[in-house]
Amino acid sequence: MVDAAASTKGDLHLTNLVKAFGDFRAVDDLSLVIPEGSFFALLGPSGCGKTTTLRMIAGLEEPTSGKISIGNTDITYAKPYARPVNTVFQNYALFPHLSIFENVAFGLRRRGIKDVKEAVTKVLALVELGHLAERKPVQLSGGQQQRIAVARAIVNRPALLLLDEPLGALDLKLRRQMQIELKWIQTEVGLTFVHVTHDQEEAMTMADTIAVMNEGRIEQMGSPVELYESPRTVFVANFLGQSNLVKGKVEGASGSDLQVSVHGNRIVVPSARNFAKDNSDKSVLIGIRPEKISIEHPEANTLGGGVITDISFVGVSTQFQIQMPWGQELSVFEQNDGGASHLQKGDTVALSWKPEFTFALDGTADVDAGTSVNPDEI
Amino acid sequence: MAFVAAISKRSSTVRGIKRPSTPYLLLIPGLSWLAMFFIFPLFTLASTSTQTAPEGADTGTYVQTFRLANYIDAFVASREQFLRSIIYALIATLLALAISYPLAYAIAFKSGKWKNLLLVLVVAPFFTSFLLRTIAWKQILGNEGPVVTVLRTLHVLGPQSGLTASAFAVVTGMTYNFLPFMTLPLYASLERIDPRTLEAASDLYANGLTTFRKVTFPLSLPGVVAGTLLTFIPAAGDYINATLLGNPKTKMIGNVIESRFFEIVDYPTAAALSFMLMAAILILVMAYVRRAGTDELV
Repeated sequence: MVDAAASTKGDLHLTNLVKAFGDFRAVDDLSLVIPEGSFFALLGPSGCGKTTTLRMIAGLEEPTSGKISIGNTDITYAKPYARPVNTVFQNYALFPHLSIFENVAFGLRRRGIKDVKEAVTKVLALVELGHLAERKPVQLSGGQQQRIAVARAIVNRPALLLLDEPLGALDLKLRRQMQIELKWIQTEVGLTFVHVTHDQEEAMTMADTIAVMNEGRIEQMGSPVELYESPRTVFVANFLGQSNLVKGKVEGASGSDLQVSVHGNRIVVPSARNFAKDNSDKSVLIGIRPEKISIEHPEANTLGGGVITDISFVGVSTQFQIQMPWGQELSVFEQNDGGASHLQKGDTVALSWKPEFTFALDGTADVDAGTSVNPDEI
Repeated sequence: MAFVAAISKRSSTVRGIKRPSTPYLLLIPGLSWLAMFFIFPLFTLASTSTQTAPEGADTGTYVQTFRLANYIDAFVASREQFLRSIIYALIATLLALAISYPLAYAIAFKSGKWKNLLLVLVVAPFFTSFLLRTIAWKQILGNEGPVVTVLRTLHVLGPQSGLTASAFAVVTGMTYNFLPFMTLPLYASLERIDPRTLEAASDLYANGLTTFRKVTFPLSLPGVVAGTLLTFIPAAGDYINATLLGNPKTKMIGNVIESRFFEIVDYPTAAALSFMLMAAILILVMAYVRRAGTDELV
């Protein structure tokens, strides 16, 4: 049978990939390179095309146009069973009529490998479920089934392991534990993992590189820190964590800084962190993460005259909602180190932050892009 | 819920039992029905099967003599029809399986928005009576019918030969009549298969044929067992197809029982044959179910 797993290795290239369902383009001209051995996450809300992309890589959907290759091997139209790619399905899709051992051995047997015992025993030991080899899938808990689904895929040593929302069905505590375990397994076996998820925290915890997808396209790609600290679009700024976005107008530049007028206040943005395209009326959106703002310590960037409308205590921090003189509500997270404990609802405060934390985005964009999707609802 | 709880609470206090008695109350109608129309007739049948006609009595008058040899006599007299019934039923079952499996598979996995319509069409023949359908089948296979005309044109059949009044007609008639009994359980078990397990199989290096052999078919086994039983059991005891579509050489055990009962008025032999048919089916079915190991399936 096909022993593609051994022969094909290398980076995964997606080139101008398109998948259209009638008039709807689920995946719209997507190009990216996933380096061999990396833990890559495709992150986006439901319907953004991430699962369709994954299914095209697995061979379960045929692209409308474009190319998929691993190393130098074109696999765009290869049958799913003829490509060195294995998938961990969302609901695990274990074979209910086969024992755990036979589930894990399935791929090896199909590839004509006679002596499967050693490989299967080894991978079951890796996921710490060797003692369940003779059970049937229904006799296992959700977390155990999840690990068997991973074992069943990695035992084949594929060039690429695809994970389709693999932790979606688990409760929060188990999900955290599995995140760490999956990351560990990836390091242990050294395979390329492509992980599809709508959970930004999950993506940030596990992946080396994240591609944020929206409406069939990649909004931004980079390391978790890069995406969080320097979001280049409003969608990314809102989908990954929270952002305060305030409308402003570019007044001019001085040295490596940009001077922006925000409702009468002068705000400084490093030119390198200006991701806005030039437009005629010079409008931009000034962005600042809530935890970067200080209510107590004056800094170079300050917006005054805010009134505290809501205070919620969440343990490590306290979250303030502050209504600005122009009506907009901004969020501020203060660490609970005693500094802000005297603040009360109705107090008038000034918000300050260091210029290097500020970023500037396209002023014509919709301020709410990426906020209306609640990742936990999907 | 509250209503049921109230009833069970009251009845258990009346009888002084702590356990809720509702489940047992609900069993009563079914059990009494079975007792009246199944258990009691079974005993009557058993009693009839060992009776003999007294010397010089009128036709149809029998007295209990516990003559077990009735069974041997009955079997010896209709061994041939017995065997034929089993063979015909087996062939019809296998044919129905061969026709129904692809049909049920297509409805379950490939029919899309036509699924409900196709299911209605499978059941549609039941809106006509069994008898009418069998007579219609006779028309279809008749010398003026489409099948014979086509086969004669293709020179598969000679100009003088036909298809009716033959073993072929009986077996195809049974296949046709019991097809829904095969299709529906097959469909039910195929439809329950999570398409993702099939995707998983192809993801794990199984091509279409291997996926079918290793995943689809094993997962549909409960449907195969149910369908074959629902076809084989009534087919083995059927006599309408043999009556309407057969000839004297295609008589089945059902025909023998019918004629013993209504024409010859030989109640003991008819009863003994009925019992033997029941026993034969029971033994075959038990061996089959054990072989298929259905209780191990999910």
